[in-house]
Amino acid sequence: MGVTRRDFLKISGVTMGVMFCPSFLKDARAEQYSWTLKTTEGVETTSICPYCGVGCGIVITAAGGTMINAEGDPDHPTNEGALCSKGSSLFQTYSDPAGKRNTTVRWRPPRSNRWFNIPWPLAMIMMAQRIRRTRNRNFTKKDAEGNIVNRTEGIAAMGGAALDSEECHLYTKLMRSLGIIYLEHQARI
Amino acid sequence: MTNHWIDLKNSDCILIMGSNAAENHPISFKWVTRAMENGATLIHVDPRYTRTSAKADIYAPLRPGTDIVFLNGMIRYCIENGLYNDEYLRIHTNAFCKINGDLQLPEDLDGLFSGYDSATKKYSKSTWQYQLTGDNSNIKADDLDDPECVFAILRRHVSRYTPEVVSDICGVSVDKFLEVAGAFCATGARDKVATIMYAMGWTQHTKGVQNIRAMAILQLLLGNIGLAGGGVNALRGESNVQGSTDHALLYHILPGYLPCPTSSQQDLATWVASRALPTINPGKSTNYWQNAGKFAVSLLKDYYGEYATAENDFAYHYLPKRYGDHSHIPLFQKIDEGVIKGLIAFGQNPAVGGPDAEFERNALAKLDWLIVAELWETETAAFWKRDGVNPRDIKTEVFLLPAAASFEKEGSVSNSGRWMQWRYKAVEPPGEAKSDLWILGRLGEMLKLLYRGSINDRDKPIKHLSWDYSNTRGDDEEVEDGFNVHEAARRINGYFLEDVEIDGTVYEKGTLVPSFPSLRDDGLTSSANWIYCGSYTESGGNLGTRRNPDNSKDVSGIGLYSSWSWCWPVNRRIIYNRASCDANGNPWNESKKVIWWDGAAWQGGDVRDFGTSAPSAEVGAFIMTTEGIGKLFGAGLADGPLPEHYEPFESPLPGSGNPIGHGQKTNPVITVYHDPCDCTDYPYVCTTYRMVEHWQAGAMTRNLPWLAELVPDAFAEISETLAAKIGVVTGEKVRIWNPRGQVTVYALVTNRIKKFSINGREVEMIGLPWHFGYQGLAVGDSANSLSPRVGDPNTSIPEFKAFLVNIEKV
Repeated sequence: MGVTRRDFLKISGVTMGVMFCPSFLKDARAEQYSWTLKTTEGVETTSICPYCGVGCGIVITAAGGTMINAEGDPDHPTNEGALCSKGSSLFQTYSDPAGKRNTTVRWRPPRSNRWFNIPWPLAMIMMAQRIRRTRNRNFTKKDAEGNIVNRTEGIAAMGGAALDSEECHLYTKLMRSLGIIYLEHQARI
Repeated sequence: MTNHWIDLKNSDCILIMGSNAAENHPISFKWVTRAMENGATLIHVDPRYTRTSAKADIYAPLRPGTDIVFLNGMIRYCIENGLYNDEYLRIHTNAFCKINGDLQLPEDLDGLFSGYDSATKKYSKSTWQYQLTGDNSNIKADDLDDPECVFAILRRHVSRYTPEVVSDICGVSVDKFLEVAGAFCATGARDKVATIMYAMGWTQHTKGVQNIRAMAILQLLLGNIGLAGGGVNALRGESNVQGSTDHALLYHILPGYLPCPTSSQQDLATWVASRALPTINPGKSTNYWQNAGKFAVSLLKDYYGEYATAENDFAYHYLPKRYGDHSHIPLFQKIDEGVIKGLIAFGQNPAVGGPDAEFERNALAKLDWLIVAELWETETAAFWKRDGVNPRDIKTEVFLLPAAASFEKEGSVSNSGRWMQWRYKAVEPPGEAKSDLWILGRLGEMLKLLYRGSINDRDKPIKHLSWDYSNTRGDDEEVEDGFNVHEAARRINGYFLEDVEIDGTVYEKGTLVPSFPSLRDDGLTSSANWIYCGSYTESGGNLGTRRNPDNSKDVSGIGLYSSWSWCWPVNRRIIYNRASCDANGNPWNESKKVIWWDGAAWQGGDVRDFGTSAPSAEVGAFIMTTEGIGKLFGAGLADGPLPEHYEPFESPLPGSGNPIGHGQKTNPVITVYHDPCDCTDYPYVCTTYRMVEHWQAGAMTRNLPWLAELVPDAFAEISETLAAKIGVVTGEKVRIWNPRGQVTVYALVTNRIKKFSINGREVEMIGLPWHFGYQGLAVGDSANSLSPRVGDPNTSIPEFKAFLVNIEKV
């Protein structure tokens, strides 16, 4: 096997690093340190961009459990290392400078003007109880013609175009088994 | 996509229509550009002059909602100038097949096809059917002049769509139209190929499917489907909207495009028969859906395991039966009516993305409860605290669950080219955030617990749901609280449930099914999605993880990359690739050959989509159709066997007539939920669109400072002439409104948008990006406050691309 694009970039990077080693420029040293961190301390994993349907490859570097870089995957045959403005910004979904990520389970009681944080186990039982109650009260075993229909029109489910396929599998399977016929997602709109 | 992204480089002519690919699928242009460097012509046909137009060799404008006029005009041009590939037509299409002699066309019936019932607003399709022999084979005409053959019917149908008519209705010059038609139709030559890249600009209309059908007809005429650099290619807008569609998060289907059962289908056999339709041209047509029963039973075995037995019809009645259109628009109608009381939304934000968005936001307040799983606090999750409403008036209980991002969990996504690509977990999710797999898995467990003691038949689908995802093979598989994503991937692929012998090989119980031809209808196999059967196997492992750049089998250099990831079906990168060859198995284009017959066997770098039999003029390449051939004319759609132009639900043209010259102005079979706006009060066409800096309903980009800074505000693009008329300049604000809602946004006055001249009448258009809402860093009024609740009669996809508004300076 020959040198892949990725190996080539690594070799070039190391060469550049060596060239800059004796440099007296402060920012050049920072450049070199950053390179060292990424290549020697970082753990790389490959990913696929979560935005449009092209499916560009992304390489994510983490060090000590913290993401330190996300960039286009130079080995990926579709994007060959390139990313658009959205894919290039993926790092901020992790770093979240504006503090906008959801990190707690939140509940808004009826007519409340605020959220309350609740623990996962409580949320799970509260949600399951509401699903069961609404399903049980709105379940049709047979329609007017006597057909067995086993459906609920009391609950609808939507979403999923950004979920992984394995998650979509669970979603469809659970929702259909509850008897849901109003099952929809972004492919419709 | 019939093809895939890299394959765009093989095209001689790329038509981008109904898409702004340079902006919304930027990396696609790596391959568009590669084709152009090799001499390809790039054409962009679009209401707006965009970044795609700027790169194109030919740009042609058209009024929103008139694509069929343009495309039927191209079909007419192709036929009248004899530019079609007649050998391809003979082998691979139904051009010669004779249709019922009682068929009548819109030109005969004032805009309707035969069979229309004005009471039900539906077509009876009896006159749209083939003439068949006793053994269910097509009766074929001796030549293409036979008036009952498909080709002659098509020719008569499109004869009205002259270049002058195209110009008058679309607002494009005759010369520009002819330039486009000439460049694209030149690929009817044996060794030339064209492709089409389309997106929401075609689907989001009250005749969206017929837009795509028109292009499929043209591509079949030119012999461009099945070839490298050809096909009909939908550019999908979300990273896994292909996978989520394959896995059937849609009311009308089950995984692998099995139909969702309907009330009248009271047993498994009846349901299966609705998909496994009788073969036309037996012996010549593969009609692969004949295997639907194997896929259906294998699905039920995954869902209900040991509780799905031959005795109980494999638990067929555990599946709910649908009775009508339960798509997005009626779904919110039912919430508004109080029928639907609970809504579960995983990663979808209808308060911004839904049509008539304020209607949908108000409907959410009628729910008893709402469960949202999201990375961000979206407009949907926070609908109860938006401006103008009092939280005290809103009874809805809301749960907002923190979801993990793509790189904080493991799993696969399928891109537009059907490549299933595995993503690894790079870091832990923040705080209490969890993967959707964990959330759904635990929720399912909790429901099973609550229903554990039930003796009600109704609850058996939950009690008997096969929900154990804890199985693990090796230490590198992370099992969190009993849920292992690899096991989910394996269950999608499918298992042998007993020892099974196939062609002398014994497959042991508990091993993975190698590929879908091994699936069975006797309950001995499971597979949660047959089209992914073959993606996770004993011999290959998890094929979506493959990163082998070796492309040495790709002898003609068409960029197959068959060892990189995996694609459905059976890793076939170009579907219907038998059509890349003539009747003797010779490629239409030797230099870009996909597969070929070497005199003794089929060869090629791609997986061929048919058996090993020798090439024949009698065997068509379209293995998923009942007749085995491509349909220039087809009875499958609700609104006609051929595409006919109808005006958008809200047309800028006054009167009740259709400008094509008959009395049926709008699509006769659409479902109407509210009155349309009238062009007297709302004279301006509005079209919604996307941009590269933002994504969909905006949560994934408007919360990131880099992207919020690039485009911080909502705006409307308007022409210089409209700006002069209402006295506004760039940077001032305009109010745009109709009876459904209003938006106040910045004006962007640009000559990228120009008024159209339609039958001598001037029509102005406003372009509105729809990404904005009231949550996040970059906020703005939502364009969908203005869009109508009306959709395509086949897909129910809303008409976001052409509706009416009024505008004034603020």
